Amino acid sequence: MKSSIRAFSVGLAAMVLLAASLASAGTLDDVRKRGHLICGINTGLVGFAAPDDKGVWKGFDVDVCRAVAAAVFGDANKLKYKHLTGKTRFTALRSAEIDMLSRNTTWTFSRDVDLQLTFVGVNYYDGQGFMAPKKLGVKSAKDLAGASVCIQTGTTTELNLADFFRANNMKYEPVPIETNTEARTNYLAGRCDVYTTDRSGLAATRAATDNPDAHVVLPEIISKEPLGPLVRHGDDQWADIVRWSLNAMIAAEEMGVTSKNVKAMASKENKNKEINRLLGVEELQGRERLGLSKDWAVNLIAQVGNYGEVFETHLGTKTPIGLARGLNAQWTDGGLLYAPPFR
Amino acid sequence: MAQPNDRPGPPPGPAFSLGSLWYDEAVRGVIIQILVLAGVFATVAWMVANVVANYAILDKTFGFDFLWLPANYDINQTLIEYTNRDTHLRAAVVGLINTGLVAFLGIILATVLGFLVGIFRLSENWLVSRLAYCYVEFTRNTPVLLLILLWHGIFINTLPHPRQAMTVGGATFLTNRGFYVPKPVFESGFEWVALTLAAAIVGAVLVHRHVRRVREATGRQLPGGWISAALIVGLPGLAFAAVGASLSFDVPELRGFNFRGGLYLTPELVALTWALAFYTSGFIAENVRAGILAVDKGQIEASQALGLPRGRVLRLVILPQSLRVIVPPLTSQYLDLTKNSSLAIAIGYVDLVGTLGGITLNQTGREIECMMLVLLVYLAISLSISVFMNWYNRHVRLVER
Repeated sequence: MKSSIRAFSVGLAAMVLLAASLASAGTLDDVRKRGHLICGINTGLVGFAAPDDKGVWKGFDVDVCRAVAAAVFGDANKLKYKHLTGKTRFTALRSAEIDMLSRNTTWTFSRDVDLQLTFVGVNYYDGQGFMAPKKLGVKSAKDLAGASVCIQTGTTTELNLADFFRANNMKYEPVPIETNTEARTNYLAGRCDVYTTDRSGLAATRAATDNPDAHVVLPEIISKEPLGPLVRHGDDQWADIVRWSLNAMIAAEEMGVTSKNVKAMASKENKNKEINRLLGVEELQGRERLGLSKDWAVNLIAQVGNYGEVFETHLGTKTPIGLARGLNAQWTDGGLLYAPPFR
Repeated sequence: MAQPNDRPGPPPGPAFSLGSLWYDEAVRGVIIQILVLAGVFATVAWMVANVVANYAILDKTFGFDFLWLPANYDINQTLIEYTNRDTHLRAAVVGLINTGLVAFLGIILATVLGFLVGIFRLSENWLVSRLAYCYVEFTRNTPVLLLILLWHGIFINTLPHPRQAMTVGGATFLTNRGFYVPKPVFESGFEWVALTLAAAIVGAVLVHRHVRRVREATGRQLPGGWISAALIVGLPGLAFAAVGASLSFDVPELRGFNFRGGLYLTPELVALTWALAFYTSGFIAENVRAGILAVDKGQIEASQALGLPRGRVLRLVILPQSLRVIVPPLTSQYLDLTKNSSLAIAIGYVDLVGTLGGITLNQTGREIECMMLVLLVYLAISLSISVFMNWYNRHVRLVER
C-alpha cells in the first residue's frame, strides 16, 4: 500500500510539472530573448508541413510560421518547429511549449472560448470530405452505411463524422488514428473503406500515394473547416503580431506586392497609400506598439512571399496536390480572402 | 551542560554541542526523516501552488462538470449501450470496460502461454527446450510497443479484405477488419441448461472433496476427474436435449462493406491482447521455471520413488510447491500487463486512455482533471489485482503444520 501511495504521488508530480512551465504575458520578449520562434506544425501533411528531400520542412502552414519569424526578427529562418498531433497541439500551445500553432486547425467556438485560444484569422477555407478507393465503386457519402472510416483522433472531423452519420441515420465503424501518416497506412492496407479529413488534407494524402488515380474524393462536403494559425489567450500584443503577419501576406497579394517587386516598391513612393503604409514608406500608426521594425512587412514578403505565391508553391494546380483557389481566392476574384486595411 | 553519554558507541564528547547530535545514530535517523518529509511536503506544496497560480493566469477552473456534457464522438467497440449523444462519463466507462476486457483476456492468455513455455523450457527434449528458450529471449528483449505495432501490422496487412475473407467452416471469418465468429443466441429454456450447469459444478466440487477424503483416509485414488467431467458435460447436455432448441447461432454474413451479425472482434483488440500476452508470457515463463527449479530435487525423487506417474508428480508435488515462489512475481506481471494495455492508442484501440485521457481530454481541454481520473482508475485496478493476488498467495503459501 505504501509503495502504491508513493507511486501515486510520483505520478501526480509528473502531471503537475506538465502544467508547470506556463504562460507569461510577454511572449514577444520571450521570443526575442530566445533568439528564435517556436512554432507548432503538423507531424507530416504534404503541402502543409512536410520535409523536402533535404529534410527541410516546407509547406503552406510552415510559411505562416516563417512569415511571423520574418516579421519579428527580419529573418524567416530564426525558427524552430515542434511537431504535434491533433491530440497534443492544444496542450502544447496552452502550456507555452510553443509560441504559436500553425497546424491546419479549425476555428471553432469551443476552442476559442472554452480552450481559450485566439484564432488570428483564416489561412485556408476548407471542408470535410471522404476519400475512397476507386474500385469500391462508391459515388456518394450517402452510400457509406456500414463502412469502416479512418479518422484522425482529436480533431473536429471526429465530431462532424458522428453528426453526419447520425443525421443520415447510418451506422459506421470509426477507426481512430493518431497521425495522417498512420491513417494513410491503415487506409491503404484496407483496414478502413474510406478516409475522412479536410478536403485539402485528402488531396495531399491522395497525392502522396503510389497511384493517386486509384482513389477518389467523394463530392460531399460535410462541414465548414476554417483553418488558421492561433495563439493562446492573454497576450494581445503577440496575437496582433501573428494576425497582422497573416494579413500582410493576404493584403500583399491583393495589392500586387510580390517577393520579386517588394524591394523596388519599398524604395519609392507608391500611388497606393496602403502599399506605402504596409512597406514602411509612410508611417503606419501603432507599429511600434507591436515592437516591429519599419521594414517588417518588406522582410516578410521578400523572404516568404505573398499569400498567392505561397499557395501556388505548395498547394496550387502546378503541384502534385493540385488544389484550385476556390474559396481561397481574394474577395476581388470571388473568394473569401479579405484582409482588413493597413491604416 | 556536559552530559555523560550513556549509549555504547561513540565515546562521550568533551561538551554538548548541536553538532554532536549528528553522531547519535538514533537522533540522526530522526533528523534525516524529518528533513526528507519536509522536503517531500515542500515539493508537493510548490507544485500545487504552481498549478493554482497557472490556472489563475489562464483563467481556468478546476472541476469535473465536463463529464456530464455530451461526448459527441463514436467508439467502435462498446460492450455497453453507447451513442455519441451520451456523456463523457459514459464514454469513459466504455473505455474502462475496454481496458478491463483486454487486461482480462491478456492475463488469461499470458498465464496459459507462460506456464506452458516455462514447463517446456525445462523439458529434457533438446528441441522443445531450445524453442522455449528462443521464445522467452525474444519476448523479454523486445519493447512491448513495437510488438503491438508489429502484430497489428501483420493482421491488417496479411489478412484478406472482407470480400475475400478467409473462412473456417463457413461460419468464422478472418479479415483485415477483424475476426467474425458466430454469436450464441440464448432462447427461452436455456436458463434450465445454465441452472443444471451450476448444479453440476457444485456436484463436481463435492465429488472432489469426497475423493480427497477417501484418499487421505485410505490412500485409494477414486476416478474423481472422470466423474466430475461426466457431471459437467452430461447434466447440462441432458437438460439441453430435454428443453430442445434453446440455443441458436447468429452467423456473420457479408453485407455491403463489412460482415454483419455474429460476434465481431476488431483487429485492434486481437492484436493488442495477443501482443500483450506474447510479451508478458516470456516473463511468466521465467517465473515458472524459477519456481519449478526452486522445488527441492529430493521431493521429485521421493515422489518418483513412490511410483507416482510423471503427470501426477508435476500436478501434485511440483506445482503446489512452486506456486509459492511463482505467485508473488506473477502479481507484478499481471500489473505490468494491465498498465501496458494503456499503449492501446498506438493502434487505435479505444481504451480508457483513448476516451477519457484522449478524445475527451482533447475536446474539453481538461488535462489535469482527465489525467488525474485516469491515474486514479489505473491505481484502483492495480490495487484490486494486488489484493486478489495477495489473497491467492495466502491461499497457496506454505502452511506450517
